[in-house]
Amino acid sequence: MDLDALTGCLASSACLVTQTTSGFIIGMLLFLVAVGLTLIFGVLKVVNFSHGAFYMFGAYFAMTAYQLTGSFALAMLCGAAGTAILGLVFERGFMSRVYGADVLMQLLVCYAFVLIFDDVVRMIWGPEFKSMGMPAAFQVAPLFIAGGVVPPYYLLLIGVALAAAAVLGLGLARTRIGKVIRAAAHNPGMVSALGINTGLIYGGVFALGGMLAGLAGALAAPVRSLTPGMGFSVLIESFIVTVIGGMGSILGALIGALLIGMIRSFGSLGFPLFTEGLMYLFMVIVLVSRPTGLFGKEVA
Amino acid sequence: MTEVQADQGAHALDAADVRAKPRRNRDVLIALAAFVILALLPMVFSSKFLLDFVIRCAAYGLFATSLNLLVGYTGLTSFGHGMFFGLGAYGFGLMMQKTGVSVPVAFVATLAITFVTAFVIGAICVRLKEIYFAFVTLAFQMLIHSTILSWVSLTGGDQGLRGGIPRPPFWGIDLSNHLHLYVTSCALLVIGLFLMHQIAQSPFGYTLRMIRDNATRASFIGIDVWRAKLTIFVLAALFASTGGVIMALFVSGAYPEFAYWTISGEGIFINMLGGVTTFLGPMVGTVLLLILNDTVTRLTEYHGLVLGIVILFFAIGLRKGLMDFVIEWYAQRRDDRGK
Repeated sequence: MDLDALTGCLASSACLVTQTTSGFIIGMLLFLVAVGLTLIFGVLKVVNFSHGAFYMFGAYFAMTAYQLTGSFALAMLCGAAGTAILGLVFERGFMSRVYGADVLMQLLVCYAFVLIFDDVVRMIWGPEFKSMGMPAAFQVAPLFIAGGVVPPYYLLLIGVALAAAAVLGLGLARTRIGKVIRAAAHNPGMVSALGINTGLIYGGVFALGGMLAGLAGALAAPVRSLTPGMGFSVLIESFIVTVIGGMGSILGALIGALLIGMIRSFGSLGFPLFTEGLMYLFMVIVLVSRPTGLFGKEVA
Repeated sequence: MTEVQADQGAHALDAADVRAKPRRNRDVLIALAAFVILALLPMVFSSKFLLDFVIRCAAYGLFATSLNLLVGYTGLTSFGHGMFFGLGAYGFGLMMQKTGVSVPVAFVATLAITFVTAFVIGAICVRLKEIYFAFVTLAFQMLIHSTILSWVSLTGGDQGLRGGIPRPPFWGIDLSNHLHLYVTSCALLVIGLFLMHQIAQSPFGYTLRMIRDNATRASFIGIDVWRAKLTIFVLAALFASTGGVIMALFVSGAYPEFAYWTISGEGIFINMLGGVTTFLGPMVGTVLLLILNDTVTRLTEYHGLVLGIVILFFAIGLRKGLMDFVIEWYAQRRDDRGK
C-alpha cells in the first residue's frame, strides 16, 4: 500500500491528467470487448467465455497485416474483419449446436476453444512476446495538457471507441436491423414466426461482438505486447465490467468499463500489488448491493 | 437441469426413508472395502508414479465431488469453489510452517478457518441466482488470489509457500514417509466420499435436489432455501479444503495457482467430463482428466489443443458426462429388453 503516492498524484494536475488518460484508454478498450460480450449475452443468452480470444486474434491479425502492408488503417480493418468472420464461423459451426443444452455445456464449448485458440496462436505466431510497434504517423511529440503527457495515439483510440459506441447505440435504437435484433433478444420465437431468419441474426450478432473485441485487440496492438493467452486477463476484466454494468446493458458496459479503467489506473498508484484485488472488491460490493448490476434489469 | 436427474430423484425418493439404515451399513462396507483395496495397492504395484497418481486423485477428487454437491445436486454453478481448495492448502501449510502445532490440530484448525470464511462468503453469494452467483463466487476467488499475491510477508506472494511443510509424526503416522502419506490420503478420500454420499442421500440431500429443480416450490412448502444453500455451500467448502490439505502435503508447499480461478474451471470440467447425475461421476472425471493431462503433456507441447478437442467431443458429441452417458445407455438397454 502506498497511499502517499496516491494523494500526491491527486494533488498534482499533471499526474491527474496522465492517470485519467491512462484510465480512459484502459476503459475504452475494455468497453469494446465488454460491449460485444454484453450484446451476445443480451441476444443469444450465451455467456461467451471465449470472447477474450477474439481480442487476441484481433491484435495478431492487425500485427500481421501491418507487417505485410505497412498500413495502419488496413491493420485495423483486418483485425476487425478477421475476427468478425471468425465469430460467424464459431457461432454457426459450434455454439449453435449447444443452444438447447445445459448452460454448462455452452461454457464447456467456450472453455475448449479458449484452450484451442491459445494453442493455435502459439503454433502460428510462436509462444514468445511480440510487438507491433507504433505506426510512424503517431510517432510525434505527445500533447501536454495541464502538465500531463497525452500521446496522440491515445486520443485516436478513445475517439474510435467512442465512435463505435455511438454507432452501436444509435444502430440498435434507430435502424430496422437494430429493432429486429432487439426483438430477437426479447422473443426469438415470435421473430422467427414473422419469417425472419433468427439463425442469421444470431450469427450476425456473434460476428458483431467478435468484431468489436477484434477491433479492441487491433487498437491495443501498438501499445501492448502480444502473447498467446493475452485474451484471458481482458476476458476476466470485461466480465467484471459487464457484471458491474448489468448483463445486456450497453450504457452499463460503458460506465462499468470507465470505472474499472479508473480503478486500475489510480489503484496502481495507491495499491500496486492489490490493483486487481480492488476490481474484484468493487465487483463484490456492486453485486451485493445491486445483484443485477448498476444498469441491469431485474431477471424474472 | 436434465430429465434424468429429476427421474432419478423421483424414483429414489419413495424408498429413501425406509431403506436409510441398511443402506448406511452397506455404504460403510463399500467404503471399508474401497479403503482396503487402495491401501493394499502398494503391495501389488510398488510404482511411485501410481501412488502419486492416487494421491493427486484424492486431492482433486474430493474437490470435484464437493463441487458437484453444489453444481449437480443444488444447481449452484460456483466458479469460485477453487478458493477453498487454495484456502485449505495455504491454511494448513502456514499453520505447519509458522505455529509448530501437530498435524491433526492444524487440519482441524484449517477446517475451522474454511468454515468461517465459507460462511461469510456463502452468506453473501447464495442470495444471488444463476450467472450472478457464478460471477460473485468468481470475484471472491480472485479476491483471495489477489490477497495471496499481495500479502507477500505471510504467503510469499507469487513464489508460494516454499521451503517445505514440516510434518511431525503423530499417532504413529509419519507423513514424510511416502507410504504413510499415501494411506492417509486414501483414508481422507474414502471418509470424505462416504460423508458426502451420506449428505447426498439424506433428507437434506433431497431438499437440495428440490431446490435445484424448483426453488419457488421448495420455499412454498416451508423450506428455508437460503439456509439450505448456505449449509451445502459451507459443507462443500470443507471437503474442498480437505482436498487442498492433501495437495499441500503432496507438493510440500502451496502455490497461488491453487487459489486461481482455473482450479474452479477444471473442477467444473471434471464434473462435466465424468457426469453430474451420479455420485461417483466426478471421481471418474478426475481420473480421466489426470490421465488425459499426464499423457497429453508427455506427447505434445500443444496440450491445450488436444484437451480442447476432447472437451468438444464431450460437449457437442455426447452432450453429457461419461457416467451420465453410460447410465443412460444402460437404462435404455434395460428398457428395450423389458419390452
